[in-house]
Amino acid sequence: MEKIHPPKIYWTNCLCLMGLLALTWGLGYVNFGVFNLPIALFISFTKTILIVLFFMHIKGSSRLLHLAAFTGLIWLFLMLLLTLGDYTSRGLVSMPK
Amino acid sequence: MSEAAAPNILAEQFDDIEQQHEAAKLGMWIFLATEVLFFGGLFLSYTVYRYLYPEVFAAASRHTEVMLGGANTAILLFSSTLMALAVRASQLGRRSHLIWLLLGTALLGIVFMGIKGFEYHKDFVDHLVPGAGFQWHEANSGAAEIFFWLYFAMTGLHAIHVTVGIVVMLVLAVLAWRRRFEGGNYMPVEVAGLYWHFVDIVWVFLFPLLYLAGHR
Repeated sequence: MEKIHPPKIYWTNCLCLMGLLALTWGLGYVNFGVFNLPIALFISFTKTILIVLFFMHIKGSSRLLHLAAFTGLIWLFLMLLLTLGDYTSRGLVSMPK
Repeated sequence: MSEAAAPNILAEQFDDIEQQHEAAKLGMWIFLATEVLFFGGLFLSYTVYRYLYPEVFAAASRHTEVMLGGANTAILLFSSTLMALAVRASQLGRRSHLIWLLLGTALLGIVFMGIKGFEYHKDFVDHLVPGAGFQWHEANSGAAEIFFWLYFAMTGLHAIHVTVGIVVMLVLAVLAWRRRFEGGNYMPVEVAGLYWHFVDIVWVFLFPLLYLAGHR
């Protein structure tokens, strides 16, 4: 039988998520130049971690589920990394004739 | 969960109820990994085109309705909280709590879809739908059209997922009403919850990327 959490955990998590949403929203009206995107993504990842740990009960679940939860993220990261490696480096090196 | 009730819901291929629960959750997490990559293709396209046309993406993003998008984010985050509480209610066997929380989650999903529909209508009226009717009065109309193509594809695919989620929640509410989740049989609610939280997470990324790409 799994551990049943008190409702307080879920409401606290909800409050934290709403706070982070306010932060993202506010960030949209401030110009940090190139840093707007990294900060926004950092907040989104923080929200994701909160949802995955507490709402999706990854905190306290088995290693097997931890691995399964990471799988999608790892493959997504590889896909972005390899494709952007190509796009950002095009034309940097000239081909010998 | 009472010990006597456990054998009734235990499928014969599993040794015990813990193993059955673990298998159900593992199956859902593997499905969600495929969903990450399903949406991932669109996120990849977005990343590449934003890298190629950063100014146009920022300008086009200012034409989205940030108030509606932000409100929808809050609605989904709140619905996820209700979903988590619904899973708890099903674990505790609190039937009426469970039914109301599932209905609340579905209702918030419907409100989300209503707001999204209103936004789509506004985009249509403003000639922001890619195709023959697309009108763009700033620089680089082609790249702006790509932004809106991605906007509709990403929010559209997400909206399909929300719709599926709403139907799942309503079906679960009916099943809960028919006392199908008693005797510790709460795994269908838990697994549906995982799906709903995933859909929430996708929107957590869509909101800053589509609505806040250019500061206001």
